[in-house]
Amino acid sequence: MNRRTDHRTNGPATRRATLALAAATLLLAACTGTGGSTEGADAKAPDDPSRVSGTITVLTVRTDLVQDGTMDRYAAAFNKTYPKVKVEFQALTNYESEIKIRMNTENYGDVLLIPAVIEKDDYPKFFASLGSREERREKYRFTDFTTVDGKVYGQSPVGVAPGFVYNKRVWKEAGITEWPTTPDEFLAALKAVKSRTDAIPYYTNFAAQWPLTSWTYVNGSVSCDTGATTKLAEGNPWAEGADLRVADTLLHDIVAQGLAEKDPTTTNWEASKTRLAKGEIATQWLGTWAVVQFRDAARKAGVNPDDIGFMPFPAQVDGTFCAVVAPDYNQAVNIHSDHKEAARAWIDWFTDKSGYVEDNLAISPLRDAPLPEVLKPYEEEGVQLIEVDDARGAEVKRIDNESEVGIYKPDYRQDLVDLARGARDGDLDGFLDDLGRRWTETQKSLGS
Amino acid sequence: MAHLTEKARGTAPAAPAPPRPVPAPRRARLRRGVTPWLFLLAPLALLVTFTYAPIVNMVAYSFTDWDGVSPELRFTGPGNYTEIFTREDLFQVFFVSGYYLAASAVQIVAALYFATVLSFNVRFRNFFKGVLFFPYLINGVAIGFVFLYFFQDGGTLDSVLGLFGADPDHAWLGDPVSANTSLAGVSVWRYLGLNFVLFLGAIQSIPGELYEAAELDGANRWQQFRHIIAPGIKPVLTLTVILSVSGSLSAFEIPYIMTGGATGTETFVIQTVKLAFQFNKTGLASAAAVVLLLIILLVTWVQRRLVPDERVDLV
Repeated sequence: MNRRTDHRTNGPATRRATLALAAATLLLAACTGTGGSTEGADAKAPDDPSRVSGTITVLTVRTDLVQDGTMDRYAAAFNKTYPKVKVEFQALTNYESEIKIRMNTENYGDVLLIPAVIEKDDYPKFFASLGSREERREKYRFTDFTTVDGKVYGQSPVGVAPGFVYNKRVWKEAGITEWPTTPDEFLAALKAVKSRTDAIPYYTNFAAQWPLTSWTYVNGSVSCDTGATTKLAEGNPWAEGADLRVADTLLHDIVAQGLAEKDPTTTNWEASKTRLAKGEIATQWLGTWAVVQFRDAARKAGVNPDDIGFMPFPAQVDGTFCAVVAPDYNQAVNIHSDHKEAARAWIDWFTDKSGYVEDNLAISPLRDAPLPEVLKPYEEEGVQLIEVDDARGAEVKRIDNESEVGIYKPDYRQDLVDLARGARDGDLDGFLDDLGRRWTETQKSLGS
Repeated sequence: MAHLTEKARGTAPAAPAPPRPVPAPRRARLRRGVTPWLFLLAPLALLVTFTYAPIVNMVAYSFTDWDGVSPELRFTGPGNYTEIFTREDLFQVFFVSGYYLAASAVQIVAALYFATVLSFNVRFRNFFKGVLFFPYLINGVAIGFVFLYFFQDGGTLDSVLGLFGADPDHAWLGDPVSANTSLAGVSVWRYLGLNFVLFLGAIQSIPGELYEAAELDGANRWQQFRHIIAPGIKPVLTLTVILSVSGSLSAFEIPYIMTGGATGTETFVIQTVKLAFQFNKTGLASAAAVVLLLIILLVTWVQRRLVPDERVDLV
């Protein structure tokens, strides 16, 4: 069995008393608090690139790019403009949980990605401001996602849009050439894939957990509503016809009709890329960011990378598809950094000039930049790209955590998949209504 | 393990005390009193810093609404504890511990059997000892991943069963009952070795003459086990049961790595971790951890009451 407790039950009582005393003394010393003295600091863009100096540590989730030297190449290019700044990278595999602990100290790098755990109102306590909302929004998208009291605290280097990554060849073999426009058409298409090809029509990636959370980013696509997040804060996300209900119902039906993999509990994310590229899997709900990785997998497996396609959620408003464009992780400057100018320089350069966007076929955060090649079909089909207003985003996250529903966490969708394949008692309506009840009750208790 | 060595040291004479006719001067006595503490300084500092201080901290957090990172935290009094005891869904996960409890019964019996058999002269004895103990040496994360492949659709288990003509075509981690049984099975596979070594050590500390005498009296193997081995290793047996029960209540790494608590495999510790790191309710999670600690202490206390740890005297 698992053993987590140590056994030290045999010590005499006196020794235990001494230890308790020692522990108590130590606790007094151990109680620490993060000082808020630097609150409200700014990270100003340097005027003269040649005079900025210092060594900055950049935290990232891109373990792969740090290992294969891509990040160092970016740093080398950066040094051509900023010769005196030395950039060091730290890639964290389990970013969210590791950074959370580090942020209890002052030592969390000079440039970092704003973790989801930090409440938006607390941004000024942890990050230096990059400028006012007014001056930044002219040039950049997504500024509202990190704006607190008119000041912007982060900038995402890439924007992403959710969508189905699919194997064009398999879909064509199944006789589907047009994108489905309703969930029912989508299910019919998957059925055709199942009956006419050997491919698994849809792959949930249940075991990797996070791919299931991307279903939440359907929000906004169904209703084509830029106020979708505000609706989450104010209403029931699983009300009849609401975006999340449509999404979750589709996921449920895919699994319930046997259109997903046979054993979701032992799926393998890394292997799924190659399998989709080879045509063993037909479809996965992910995001634009995934296309590069799937094409890489195709190249490595020796199949045609152009088979990897990307399509929007099967829902239309007035005959038009909508796709939500949202920022990836936002980069920010540590408020305790000794080299804020250098850190700011890195963020600006990485966003504007590094080429990271093009390398990842991502949507540029610069307003005037062209769309990536992945989204060419979107332009041709006239898919409308919308940016959902995030003014109430912090509130939604608070409701999400407080209610333990977890729309940004994998748990309830894992339960949904279990429900759909009969490994859990209940029915879809009861399940979604229960989520809605918990959500709205928490809304009330937080609102009062 | 620490337990055993402590015991062993306790029975051996501490040091051959030389006859000392004249009482030592006060200074020397004082120094003698201080000396052991000097030796203990380093381990005690480590123990306090890394075991007791965090526990005290955890108890302190359990009375707050801390989210794990925000510099502000509010004192909520016993609010977290009220929440834990009024939300039945938080305790439902203890049903999962039942699987691990059942598995520990299997595990103890198997370990006892192997330890007994291998304490006699068997061919390839040391080899088998190694085989049994080996799984315990492997990192728990690695075990989790290995067994994910093992239970995969068409994975090792299915292929092995296929060799014997059985074609179960069963998603082993697919439904709650089979998933929990599989995970508990992995747990047995992993911790059997440790129990086995504990038992083997205890059995080998029984003086060999007893067996010889028993054999002369015509006792068979089962009688030897029943009247010599079983009573001889009683303290270790009790200890193992206590550890198994507390281990079952706090099962964590294998289900966490293999299923992440999906499909009804969520244990109390996984739930606590999710509260702390997924929903950012560090205060509530600390309270849950304290409650688990208290439950384990209680179970241990009850067990010690039922089976008191008396001195065993075989000779």
